[in-house]
Amino acid sequence: MNDIVQQLEGLATTAPETLTASVLVATGSGRFYTTVPGPTGELLVGWSSAGIYAVAPVSELARFLEEHTTGGLGPISKDLPSKQRRQVAAALESGKLGGLAVDLSGLTEFQQAVLRKTADIPPGQLRPYGWVAREIGKPGATRAVGSALNRNPVPVLIPCHRVGRSDGTVGQYAYGPEMKRSLLRAEGLDPDAVDEAASRGVRYLGSATTKIYCHPTCHHARRIKEANRVELVDAAKAERAGFRACLVCRPAVAA
Amino acid sequence: MRTATRINDRLAADVDGAFPELVLAYQDRLYSGIRSYVGSADAEDVTQEAFIRAHRALQSYNREQVETLQVSPWLWTIALNLCRNWARTKSRRPQTRQLTFDQAGADATELTAIEAAMLDGWKQRLESLSEAQRTAVVLRHVVGLSYLEISTVTHRPVGTAKTDVSRGLAALRKIITEEGLQ
Repeated sequence: MNDIVQQLEGLATTAPETLTASVLVATGSGRFYTTVPGPTGELLVGWSSAGIYAVAPVSELARFLEEHTTGGLGPISKDLPSKQRRQVAAALESGKLGGLAVDLSGLTEFQQAVLRKTADIPPGQLRPYGWVAREIGKPGATRAVGSALNRNPVPVLIPCHRVGRSDGTVGQYAYGPEMKRSLLRAEGLDPDAVDEAASRGVRYLGSATTKIYCHPTCHHARRIKEANRVELVDAAKAERAGFRACLVCRPAVAA
Repeated sequence: MRTATRINDRLAADVDGAFPELVLAYQDRLYSGIRSYVGSADAEDVTQEAFIRAHRALQSYNREQVETLQVSPWLWTIALNLCRNWARTKSRRPQTRQLTFDQAGADATELTAIEAAMLDGWKQRLESLSEAQRTAVVLRHVVGLSYLEISTVTHRPVGTAKTDVSRGLAALRKIITEEGLQ
């Protein structure tokens, strides 16, 4: 019987290469990716039924495919379903996530909290790392916030480019500082002006009439008339000078 | 069975997230077994359909059902149903079973003519076995399932599964001997 058994065992083969992809496409399981026009150039968008799991500039394609393998199988090139496609376009247009589902399931609770808070920062505005740390109830974790944002799996959609250094400057970005500056510029913020004010020691702007102080890029700060604008170097001095913190951008309250 | 238990847990937690792993783990064996039933021209389509049905079923199961699922026998129950449906459809629209060299050349999997003829020869021999023997022989020797897994698929005792395999092999021996005498 051995010869027959051997011949039957010889009928075992490997599945055609096209099978895996066609099964995963047909079932909508697995990881997929597509490209969409972003504010500063084409973006790779990785998606699955759980939501958007990755965003990267198209120049990162090789690394992107390598990073997101499932059991040795890279993400499959496939257009977003129409609902998600509309949501991604709307999120990129408005600078807000809206109803778009992002998949942060591989991250720690701390990382998720950092990213969720960052997602709330309005377009064209900048907050320091220390602000994010304080807002999520971890005031000592400024550096950890920086590294969580550096590993943001869905940049641009979750706007880690809107978080800068505690000295008020724009700072670094996972895909290089120039991309961060371009993204801010596309939202109407001048990164050079931000850095210039920060280099003069300005951390907050106050209004001489309302006696409210804000982060310099808060939209309330930008409405202050030039004649009434007061440049402030820290929160403690602002409070001593009789200013109170803006309820919208929630600048640091003196310890 | 450690691996199987772990994939159950992952499927229970997130069907779509773990499904690619299931496909990668089982696609070669599923395709090989299905090919011995339906031939290489339709094997990919039938295998794909089997996975689609498996995915649909997983979505409808509750957590406990997924956690206790015996993955391999369950997949084969789905696949063999499709193979039987395929055979029924084919018999209603009969085609010539003789594989010509042209057909072999047009095959997506690009088998050589000799491989294609050999595969077709085994497909025909296996077709002449009883349903139980054919299933047992294919699952044991083409796919490599254990007798316990085979008995789960066929709903027959383990001892009967063993008998089915050995009687199936004996029947194949007889067929091959007769082929040689012709």
